[in-house]
Amino acid sequence: MTLLNFSIYDFSALINSIDAWLVETFSPTLGHLIGLVLVGTCFLIFTALLGLSLVYIERKICAFFQQRLGPMRVGFWGTAQTVADIIKLLFKESLITKKSDKFLFNLAAFVIMMAPFIVLSAIPFAKGLQALDLNIGLFFIISVSSIGVTGILLAGWSSNNKYSLIGAMRSGAQIVSYELSVAISLMTIVILTGSLQLSEIIASQSDGWWIFKGNIPAIIAFGVYIIASTAETNRGPFDMAEAESEITAGFHTEYSGIKFAFFFLAEYVNFFIISAVGATVFFGGWMPLHIGDATFFNSAMDVIPPIVWFFGKIAVIMFFIMWFKWTFPRLRIDQLLTLEWKYLLPISIINLLLMSIVALKGWHF
Amino acid sequence: MRLVKNIKQYFGEIFHAIRSLITGMKVTGYYFFHPKEIVTQQYPENRETLKMFDRFRGEVILIHDENNLHRCTGCSACEIACPNGTIEIINKKDVDPETGKSTKAIDKFVYHLSMCTFCNLCIIACPTDAIKMAQTFEHAVFDRSKLTKVLNNPGSKLMPGIRE
Repeated sequence: MTLLNFSIYDFSALINSIDAWLVETFSPTLGHLIGLVLVGTCFLIFTALLGLSLVYIERKICAFFQQRLGPMRVGFWGTAQTVADIIKLLFKESLITKKSDKFLFNLAAFVIMMAPFIVLSAIPFAKGLQALDLNIGLFFIISVSSIGVTGILLAGWSSNNKYSLIGAMRSGAQIVSYELSVAISLMTIVILTGSLQLSEIIASQSDGWWIFKGNIPAIIAFGVYIIASTAETNRGPFDMAEAESEITAGFHTEYSGIKFAFFFLAEYVNFFIISAVGATVFFGGWMPLHIGDATFFNSAMDVIPPIVWFFGKIAVIMFFIMWFKWTFPRLRIDQLLTLEWKYLLPISIINLLLMSIVALKGWHF
Repeated sequence: MRLVKNIKQYFGEIFHAIRSLITGMKVTGYYFFHPKEIVTQQYPENRETLKMFDRFRGEVILIHDENNLHRCTGCSACEIACPNGTIEIINKKDVDPETGKSTKAIDKFVYHLSMCTFCNLCIIACPTDAIKMAQTFEHAVFDRSKLTKVLNNPGSKLMPGIRE
């Protein structure tokens, strides 16, 4: 039992000791299996807490942007509001429409939760706190996160509702389009890192984050990334898939109770994931702010635990995306596609070329 | 030349879009960082300090001065003006103490709050400005009959000099 060598700065020792203890106590197979279940449970609890807190935070932030107070009644400053909401959703009847495709209708709620769960496994939360460190981590995240759209399409199709189908189709068109820009803007940084492995991408930023080191192309890439990833999560101002004023609630019109909560939760977990990927690739993930060889400054920054850095960066990116959502008017579907195909995609492709030149000439830092 | 113009237009649009988006974000950002701008009022908590706006129409009241005198001559202009039959004026014969002549005076100014739509037409119709809209709004009661109010105070009289 060497569980005690715990450090907030490096979780690998803790994780390894837990793993060793499990293997020691049970058989190797059973130990690893229990380990997997443990990690899965951690992610479940994490997503539940994330959903709870993010809904509250978003409601508060949106209220402040609109000169309101937001939830104030349940708990101190409305902190227990989302708990009350979840209890309400749990007690609600889970309706299934008569002519819906019942199997797919029920399946969609789980498919839509699946993608963000798989992606979470590849996200490095802190040093040594990463479930899967694949050598193609970034590629894995980009490809798996688009499974989510299958859930949306399934939900829209199986509901047997015109609004749902329109919402799902819009969402499909939107995600397929914006996926390109997201991937290309991430590739722009991969040119510099030379690796798709997330731990290596973070390690390559130990002397400065790519947004600072990568010159102008990195900043453009980040701009494109933040716009395209906002669109990919179906958040405002790109919430065409659930445009309340036009198609009631889009693909989740027919869902109620806890299944509706699943869609809601999936949206917030996706939101967290795009912020996390953005933070990892452009802002160094859990890597503290380092400037080249300034040893004193770097060691001062190292005092703050990596997990705080990681969640701090995510919080900043999330705040900006929420700022977008509660400021900008919603785009029309044709404007949405125009933005992607006529502006973001050409810009990101040229930016990719620009970054290759920068990398070849060694103009980055 | 046309290509140059098109490229210029393309990038011009992008920069214009970014500028206009930043303008919008400045506005909401200002609100976010200035909590004083919040317009929400927390009603039951601020009950003591809450002051409704002058233009708010809560209910019709008959103005009485400190001597229990009002300005209503009982002309029924408000009753006629009311689209819902909210107001009922019941007049009585009164004897003028100075001249001894019998005059008309209000016995009861009945106001059915339950039927009122707060359209303000009675206040406009009143030739002597006897009635006005009050800013009270907590009108919920358990008995419907409580919504029928007699607006003139018991023993109140017409202010002298109004009828002329």
